[in-house]
Amino acid sequence: MKPLTVTSFTTVNALGEGNAAILVALRGRRSGLRRNDFESASIDTWIGRVEGIESAPLPPSLSLFECRNNRLAVLGLRQDGFEQAVGRARERYGDHRIAVLIGTSTSGVRETERAYAERDAVTGALPPSYHYSETHNLFSVCEVVRRYLGLSGPSATISTACSSSAKVFASAQRLIDAGFADAAVVGGVDSLCLMTLYGFQSLGLLSREPSRPCDEARDGISIGEAAGFALLERSAAGRPGVGLIGYGESSDAYHMSAPHPEGAGAIAAMRDALARAQIGPGEVDYVNMHGTGTPANDRTEDMALHRVFGGAVTCSSTKGWTGHTLGAAGIVEAVISLLCLQEGFVPGNLNVRKVDPALKSRIAVANEERKLRHVVSNSFGFGGNNCSLVFGRLV
Amino acid sequence: MTPFYLHGVGVLGPGLHGWQAARRILGGEQMYRYEAPHEPKPDLLPQNERRRGPKTVRWTVAVAQEALQGTGFSAAEAAAVFTSSSGDGETMHQICESLARPGREVSPTRFHNSVHNAAAGYWSIASGSCRTSVTLCGHDASFAAGLLEAAGLVSAGEPAVLLVAYDLPYPQPLLSHRPIREPLAVAMLFSAQARHPALAQWRISLGAGAGNAAPSAVPPGLESNPAAQALPLLAAVARGRTETASITFTYGQQLEVESQACF
Repeated sequence: MKPLTVTSFTTVNALGEGNAAILVALRGRRSGLRRNDFESASIDTWIGRVEGIESAPLPPSLSLFECRNNRLAVLGLRQDGFEQAVGRARERYGDHRIAVLIGTSTSGVRETERAYAERDAVTGALPPSYHYSETHNLFSVCEVVRRYLGLSGPSATISTACSSSAKVFASAQRLIDAGFADAAVVGGVDSLCLMTLYGFQSLGLLSREPSRPCDEARDGISIGEAAGFALLERSAAGRPGVGLIGYGESSDAYHMSAPHPEGAGAIAAMRDALARAQIGPGEVDYVNMHGTGTPANDRTEDMALHRVFGGAVTCSSTKGWTGHTLGAAGIVEAVISLLCLQEGFVPGNLNVRKVDPALKSRIAVANEERKLRHVVSNSFGFGGNNCSLVFGRLV
Repeated sequence: MTPFYLHGVGVLGPGLHGWQAARRILGGEQMYRYEAPHEPKPDLLPQNERRRGPKTVRWTVAVAQEALQGTGFSAAEAAAVFTSSSGDGETMHQICESLARPGREVSPTRFHNSVHNAAAGYWSIASGSCRTSVTLCGHDASFAAGLLEAAGLVSAGEPAVLLVAYDLPYPQPLLSHRPIREPLAVAMLFSAQARHPALAQWRISLGAGAGNAAPSAVPPGLESNPAAQALPLLAAVARGRTETASITFTYGQQLEVESQACF
């Protein structure tokens, strides 16, 4: 495929606001997870909560869209000169030629949860202050990003659970390649809510400790929240940097909430991504795993990694730092992958006491400083929805 | 972009029971008459889900099966694009009710059914398709967003792409806040090749404007359903003429679809 340069990228998550803060935490091996203290959710688990959302209201022009998720989105857009970079792209291409594709799994559902707790005792009606379209609807976050950045290109929210904000890269590449846009703002935003905390608890997938992907005694996920964005433009001479050189997608066609037992979908997505990038498995120096920390995910992802890469490539999950940010996991880990490429650095798994001896891949548990040629980022979601991205250097 | 082919259509909504019936109505050969839609029981679903599974799954699988029927393409070779403003409103309502109760007991099955790509997930399991599957939401412009995604996939070389657009009404109290009153599901099968018989050849582009698609093509009561944006395009196909219809997309932009009949 034709590569896309990532001309600007950023994230806000439990590690902090912006790329510099994220790098400091990764290098210093400091986790962003804390004991669950989210509102009234009394569940014994750990979470990756972003500080300060409560005191960061939306600009007045967006006040109808007020909710935790949209606040998190705008907080993300304000980091690392991202909105300024989009402003320059807007001047180059025109606001209607920049697509906006945002991944989320739950958008502003927290507002609906709140509204249901305040239903009228007689009529059952939701409070009049509740705004469905501007908060709960999955498109709401995309609309906020589009308005905040002053863009009017083709816009959509992609919502395929935990692969959502990886798949935005694939869709953006197709839209640009087909000529429907000249550039794209892609991203993902997901925020803490009761539905995911209590939902994952009901599935028995929440860890009672800070999650520790790839550990022998791993017992589940820590839910996190995050926003992240990337500006994608056609790769061209005179625009060197890092970029997307491949993507791969597949469906497990197996189960709604359990991965394929041999990782068949993950294998297909990774092979598809390498083929599009026109590189062999030996040219990948680091894989940022989906690595949720559930026994099943890490086991099957490892099987898939071993089938594709044969155990030579260094793998780790960064969810011990950020938590599993669900619909934002794809963009958070895309941003981390880009930082790893730029900095020449591999973050070794956090919180691991003993690497699961059943895993056959080379799992990094300490940070490594070395030049990376290509980085693969995996994202897998409920419904058996898989996406792998390949990032590399563009000259 | 290069044009592509529409090979098959599936439709289910009030008074629109299947593509053959909808084709006569949309093509002007027959008057539209409101009739409550029958509950589909698509045979591709396992018996358990056919009876008790989420309604969105039954509706989308039914139209997807219809769109594939007789096209010469198999379900397994088709990439899938599902698009919906609401997703599964019934499930969302039940979860929010559970969370408002003291114990906050959420059913694990309901929780995994609450993801926006639940219908697409069930479709891939039922059809055995391991290919790319994208699920989108564009609020009122969900259909246009899905069609553009499908066009991107065809253009990127997918041998066949199934587009499913659907919205079923929310239960109260959410219905008052998102008044989509009538259910509608529409499926279309696209490919870049004339390998199999086609209903029409489509060429799509983005342009400035607010959409001119004749609202007369949309039966009364369905205007509020985002999936109904598909109907003016299907009306052009049903009339069997070369026509261009444009539908509203995002702010200030429209999606123009030139439909040329294939015989």
